[in-house]
Amino acid sequence: MNDIRFTIDGKECLGKPGQTIVEAAKANGVYIPVLCHFEGLKPVGSCRICTVRVGGRFMAACTQPLIEGMAVENTAPDLEDMRKSLIEMLFVEGNHLCPSCEKSGNCELQALAYRYQLMAPRFPYLWPRRDIDASAPLLMLDGNRCIQCLRCVRACRAKDGRKVFAAVDRSHRVKIEVDKKLAAHLSEDQARRAMDICPVGAILRKETGFAVPIGRRKFDRAPIGSDVEKGTGR
Amino acid sequence: MGRKITIEPVTRVEGHGKVTIRLDDAGKVTQSRFHVVEFRGFERFVQGRPYWEAPVLVQRLCGICPVSHHLAAAKAMDVIVGAGPGKLTATAEKMRRLMHYGQMLQSHALHFFYLSSPDFLLGMDADPAVRNIIGVAALNKDLAVQGVLLRKFGQEIILATAGKKIHGTGAVPGGINKNLSPEERDRFLKGAAPLNIDQMIEWSRAAVELFKDYHRKNKDMVDGFAEFPSNHLSLVRKDGALDFYHGVLRAVDAEGRKVLDDVDYQNYLEVIGEETRSWSYMKFPYLRSLGKTDGWYRVGPLARLNTCDYIPSPLAQKEFEVYKAYTDGKPNNMSLHTHWARLIELLHSAEVIKELLLDKDLQGAKLVKKGKKVAEGVGLIEAPRGTLFHHYRINDDDQITMANLIVSTTNNNEPMNRAVHWVAMNALSEKPEITEGMLNRVEVAIRAYDPCLSCATHAVGRMPLEVTLVDARGNVLQRKVR
Ligand code: SF4
Ligand code: FES
Repeated sequence: MNDIRFTIDGKECLGKPGQTIVEAAKANGVYIPVLCHFEGLKPVGSCRICTVRVGGRFMAACTQPLIEGMAVENTAPDLEDMRKSLIEMLFVEGNHLCPSCEKSGNCELQALAYRYQLMAPRFPYLWPRRDIDASAPLLMLDGNRCIQCLRCVRACRAKDGRKVFAAVDRSHRVKIEVDKKLAAHLSEDQARRAMDICPVGAILRKETGFAVPIGRRKFDRAPIGSDVEKGTGR
Repeated sequence: MGRKITIEPVTRVEGHGKVTIRLDDAGKVTQSRFHVVEFRGFERFVQGRPYWEAPVLVQRLCGICPVSHHLAAAKAMDVIVGAGPGKLTATAEKMRRLMHYGQMLQSHALHFFYLSSPDFLLGMDADPAVRNIIGVAALNKDLAVQGVLLRKFGQEIILATAGKKIHGTGAVPGGINKNLSPEERDRFLKGAAPLNIDQMIEWSRAAVELFKDYHRKNKDMVDGFAEFPSNHLSLVRKDGALDFYHGVLRAVDAEGRKVLDDVDYQNYLEVIGEETRSWSYMKFPYLRSLGKTDGWYRVGPLARLNTCDYIPSPLAQKEFEVYKAYTDGKPNNMSLHTHWARLIELLHSAEVIKELLLDKDLQGAKLVKKGKKVAEGVGLIEAPRGTLFHHYRINDDDQITMANLIVSTTNNNEPMNRAVHWVAMNALSEKPEITEGMLNRVEVAIRAYDPCLSCATHAVGRMPLEVTLVDARGNVLQRKVR
């Protein structure tokens, strides 16, 4: 199949048919931030952190397929500022206390906050009341930190294909619940995968926190996006 | 017309301290009270949180000695995961010790050089604008530099063991998350002068000499200032040696008789009670066997050198002998001798750090151990300012259901009140005018015990302090802000 020609912020790029903008950008060494998207999962385009502008229109780069001749704007100041405000909103809408969170250093939300040099959010903290469900033997679900990306809902399934996590309620009240029966029988690998799929510290493999010393955690070693920008791929 | 003097430093670090001294019409002190608005919110805050998070979460209690909270909580969690005292791997226990003695070094250096030496070297009546570490530097540059670098060295040790200089993550339930690499070790052992351990030992020794020299020249003041009898409590090693990281509870009375000995701190509730008083949020702990009135005790350097039998490092032991000889082997009850004791502990910390650095166990690979989980654990440690208690219970889902902390400041609540009262009676009572120097003496008394109160933050620049004189009807007679 023929390559698709497109540009990102004026840079000439080549992509393949069927690729999304995020995928094609990555293949060309350009990082577009994502949060609700996870490689290998069907993109849902819910968080909008990947928003780019094409021909004056905003689109979610994680769901938008590549089209020949597209001129993608990725780092325009207004776009970057909008992304920054989305990150800020996620921070104020949950209870994100990085200093005591074991996901610190491995958390994508925190890593993006560093990338966007978020100092203090410009929105008021909402300090919502959220629950912790620690009833599963291997997993703990801390609603305080959930950003409703639904990655867990899409990714985590029992052997028979049933979903381990489900979203209940709507809009800003969306809450993730774990199927207690399925969760009771998760294997070590499944539990680890659930923790790793969660971009923040909302799903935790119990009793393993803080095992990796500061300095050797994922984003201590390489800031988010740097792998793409170095052209090494993930 | 009675008067009320309130010394109210602005909130910092650990809640805020407030001194209230009531004078009658003749200017005579009728009552003095010292209270700290202590932040007990943490005990609620940790409820529901997973137990393994506690060591990282609770260290936020303090910005000066977070490592103490980190380790006390970790020790309690060791018990919970079935890896209590004596069960950690050698690497884990020694890494934690290194972290803790590094913290002792930095905190003691901060306490003495930054916070207290200005009072001695520049005088308690010196202009507060120069009565700080910068003033000390102007007088004796080398000394100020030594203080700064001793502190820095301790912080670097914490960085190498906990991952960060403050609020790191090193200790985990049942162990530690890293060992010490040979490169890290060599940097401390053989680093370019002055940042190596031998230099630290040398400077710590010099600091002890400095205090002894000051003492020789100012005996009456140093010995007499806020001197009062009390009980003393600390952990000591099983064999009676000084130990900051672990031990059994021992308490002696003002005469040196053992009130408690060889008590396993898992049972601390059987020997320690906590009393509440209407006028203070902070509790008043006491030894149950002596009762509420007589059972109060001191903790910290003074108490530790009163309870222990010896110091297990040669240079500090020699100084300990000189120190003990001064009181004929009896407990030392002189508040300002806390600084002397602190500097001997500084020297001991430096010696222990060197001993640990030379120990190959620090390069071991076995970091974590776990056994059978239980629902409750207590962790005690000798923090720079004194014994620190952490006590937790968890549920079947690994969530904390109960936390009880007794911090050093609380343990020293009554002693600090006594010290303040001594100053009120001896320096303020029946004086025609209340001067800044007099008020500073109140802080000197508090500072001997506790650098974490905001009044100890006159480290750099001026200390924020508001003094108000109020008459019996509540009218402000005079207000001093500095
Ligand atoms: S629990 Fe984690 S993965 Fe699941 S929706 Fe919340 S943030 Fe996303
Ligand atoms: S990553 Fe594209 S919308 Fe979330």
